[in-house]
Amino acid sequence: MSAMLEVEALDAFYGRAQVLYGLELRVQKGEVVALVGRNGAGKSTTMKAVMGLLARVQGRRFFAGQDISKWSPHSIARAGLGYVPEERRIFTELTVEENLEVGRQPQRAGAPCWTPERLFELFPNLAELRRRPGGQMSGGEQQMLSIARTLMGNPSTILLDEPSEGLAPVIVEQMAQTINALKDEGLTVLLSEQNLGFAAALADRAYVIESGHIRFDGSMQSLLEDEDLRQQHLSL
Amino acid sequence: MDLLLQQLLTGVASASGLFLVASGLTIIFGVTRIVNFAHGSLYMLGAYLAVSLIDLFGGGHLGFWGGVILAMLAVGLIGALFEITVLRRIYQAPELFQLLATFGLVLVVQDVTLLIWGPQDLLGPRAPGLTGATQIFGLRVPVYDLFLIAFAPLVLLVLWLLFNRTRWGILIRAATQDQQMVTALGVNQKWLFTGVFFLGAALAGLGGAIQLPKGDANLHMDLQLIAAVFVVVVVGGMGSILGAYLAALLISLIRVLLITNAQLTFGGIAAWQMELVSMFLVMALVLIARPWGLLGRREVASDQRSGTPEPRLRPADATLRIAGGLLLVVLLGLPWIVGSYFLSVATEALIFVLFAASLQFLMGVGGIISFGHAAYFGLGAYGVGLAVRHWGMSMEVALLAAPLLAGVGALVFGWFCVRLSGVYLAMLTLAFAQIAWSIAFQWIDLTGGDNGIIGIWPPDWASSVTNFYYLAGAICVIGLLCLRHLAFSPFGYTLRAGRDSPLRADALGIDVRQHRWFAFVLAGVFAGIAGGLFAYLKGSVSPETLSISLSIDALVMVLLGGVQTLTGPIFGGALYSVLKNELISLTNYWRSILGLIIVLLVVLFPQGLAGAAESLRGRLGTSR
Ligand SMILES: Nc1ncnc2c1ncn2[C@@H]1O[C@H](COP(=O)(O)OP(=O)(O)O)[C@@H](O)[C@H]1O
Ligand SMILES: [Mg+2]
Repeated sequence: MSAMLEVEALDAFYGRAQVLYGLELRVQKGEVVALVGRNGAGKSTTMKAVMGLLARVQGRRFFAGQDISKWSPHSIARAGLGYVPEERRIFTELTVEENLEVGRQPQRAGAPCWTPERLFELFPNLAELRRRPGGQMSGGEQQMLSIARTLMGNPSTILLDEPSEGLAPVIVEQMAQTINALKDEGLTVLLSEQNLGFAAALADRAYVIESGHIRFDGSMQSLLEDEDLRQQHLSL
Repeated sequence: MDLLLQQLLTGVASASGLFLVASGLTIIFGVTRIVNFAHGSLYMLGAYLAVSLIDLFGGGHLGFWGGVILAMLAVGLIGALFEITVLRRIYQAPELFQLLATFGLVLVVQDVTLLIWGPQDLLGPRAPGLTGATQIFGLRVPVYDLFLIAFAPLVLLVLWLLFNRTRWGILIRAATQDQQMVTALGVNQKWLFTGVFFLGAALAGLGGAIQLPKGDANLHMDLQLIAAVFVVVVVGGMGSILGAYLAALLISLIRVLLITNAQLTFGGIAAWQMELVSMFLVMALVLIARPWGLLGRREVASDQRSGTPEPRLRPADATLRIAGGLLLVVLLGLPWIVGSYFLSVATEALIFVLFAASLQFLMGVGGIISFGHAAYFGLGAYGVGLAVRHWGMSMEVALLAAPLLAGVGALVFGWFCVRLSGVYLAMLTLAFAQIAWSIAFQWIDLTGGDNGIIGIWPPDWASSVTNFYYLAGAICVIGLLCLRHLAFSPFGYTLRAGRDSPLRADALGIDVRQHRWFAFVLAGVFAGIAGGLFAYLKGSVSPETLSISLSIDALVMVLLGGVQTLTGPIFGGALYSVLKNELISLTNYWRSILGLIIVLLVVLFPQGLAGAAESLRGRLGTSR
């Protein structure tokens, strides 16, 4: 197996404040890997840094064997790395269909190919809202749209930032099924979560992040068995 | 009744050209957040290019419309080229820096136009097939008016289709809301912005070309139009195309009604005298009722500031005190070092330093951006002028009238302004400056109109160049020290607290609005003092002292020096005013050279001169 995404010695800053310290991450092709940690641990910052969205980062990032450290976000996205932000960032003035259009990119070899019709099958709730402005949707619907919009770029790998946050339990359940379906399509996923239960149901491997440092790197199974570690870095 | 209908038709027709230009500006602002001061220049270029092209092709159907379309495309390309070569390098620069670059372009275009087409106004060619007049409901209406009336809605429709039915338009609308997310979805934002500039500039060019059969191409049409276009864009709501159309209609109708009923008087003021003022009054009223314009959307406060944080204000350290002392010694000894010509240049520089410092106080300390600070400079100058002309006051007394009139103006205008924020506030300040300008320009009995007031000379004891230099210099230095003192007073700290986190300051029981209002008045008073001195330096007062270009000069001085440093305006003000003076005396093409220098400075030092000095100091500090 080859590494799809690899991060070496990643430091990130907001202004003068350092937020990430020497992060090392590795996600293999076809894997679902969870990045778990408390609120403020640095999960979202990690995702933004990988996408090239932060003004000040150090360290090296590789995607599909290429060094993307100096690439602009749009080049990274076009290389097949999709990003679903925590705040969803739906274009509220645009309809569901228009939101999907913004995400559309040409088909890519070695990655699942999506059309609006296929996505409406994956997210049946969205199918009925095609012409609804993004601003007039529920939180769960916006989360689905945000994922669907990123999938329109036909990524081979996606960064999913806390997809279960603030959603009703039924929707969380639905979201988990969707992510599993994406995994079956062959998508590689880096999933950030505070909700260990949700992550455990999906991920093969996990990193635990705390105060910008990686504290654990191993299989989901061993994380679940390590009571102390969880107490120390994950309990609220 | 017939007359009214005729006036309505004229108004709707003249709204079309205004709408075209305004739509371009609003599209550019909506996506890039850049207030494009050069938009009037693009409009002017459109007119000149069309005149030449139509001339070249001959005035037939194909020649006329081919010329109009080619002019439009050419102006679009010029806009795109400017975006690629200049603006693209400075998107990360502090707020308003791009505005400097667009102002540089204004200056360059003025000279290039003069160089290519000469100083004469060029009469616009007629549109073949659309000449003469026709009868509608028994009214004689120019055919070209009918064409214009139909043309704007057509453009509106095309733009609507573009933004709602094409992928490019959808991307633009998405980028208007969240640029970064659009980029993260794989869209190359650079080309999107370039495209937006092309479209916006092309619309301005089209506006210039399409008005030719009713007017001409002249060298003043750039700044003349830009104020009206800003009003339209702000009244309609920044970023709203339909809003721009409605606002253009509203403004044009009011203007036409006032012009064609010029003889009517309201409380002793003739309608024609209110023509210019009316536009800005409408804007002020709309903004008070709807702070985001007719169809605009509330600006969402974002914490995603681009660029590096600006250096904070610091009290003077030992180095600065020593430097200040040295500077003072040099200033005192200057009359022994330089001749009288340079001494008067230095006097002017000192006056502009005080003017710039008052604006810096407003922007850097108060967090209020003003596009119309010349209003208070000019009111100060007119305070002196009116006191001398109508009451024959001596300089000692008349100089008090300067801060008084400026302060009263700032008190009234500020009351409205501090109710808004961000770019709407900036636009309202511009509108008020234009009101003041219009009054000075059109209320001839009082102000002497375009000619202004002459014969304002200091008394004998202050009339020599050296003595006036010492007088003005002393007042300016005292003014600067006062502003500095204010910035570090409890009032200054409260003001900054209100600027940085208005909500928190509110929660602490600070009346942020009242503090801002007071700051506005203070800035006005100091600008007024500078204006009063300027009147005595020049011996006259003219509407120039209230003009947009002087307001922009002040902005350039502050931004060049650095918004967040109190010493910034000293460098920025002195550098800019001396540079301008020298260039004017050296060459007829001083505008383009000044414009190029501004553009170059902005591109080379995207952090401002102060920011560059700061980072240099930081680098020297760490590599010790
Ligand atoms: N835009 C920002 N500016 C400054 N600090 C930030 C910003 N965003 C996040 N932080 C800080 O960075 C740290 C990590 O935040 P984040 O990556 O959002 O954590 P998580 O996603 O794990 O909850 C937190 O301490 C947070 O306060
Ligand atoms: Mg987060």
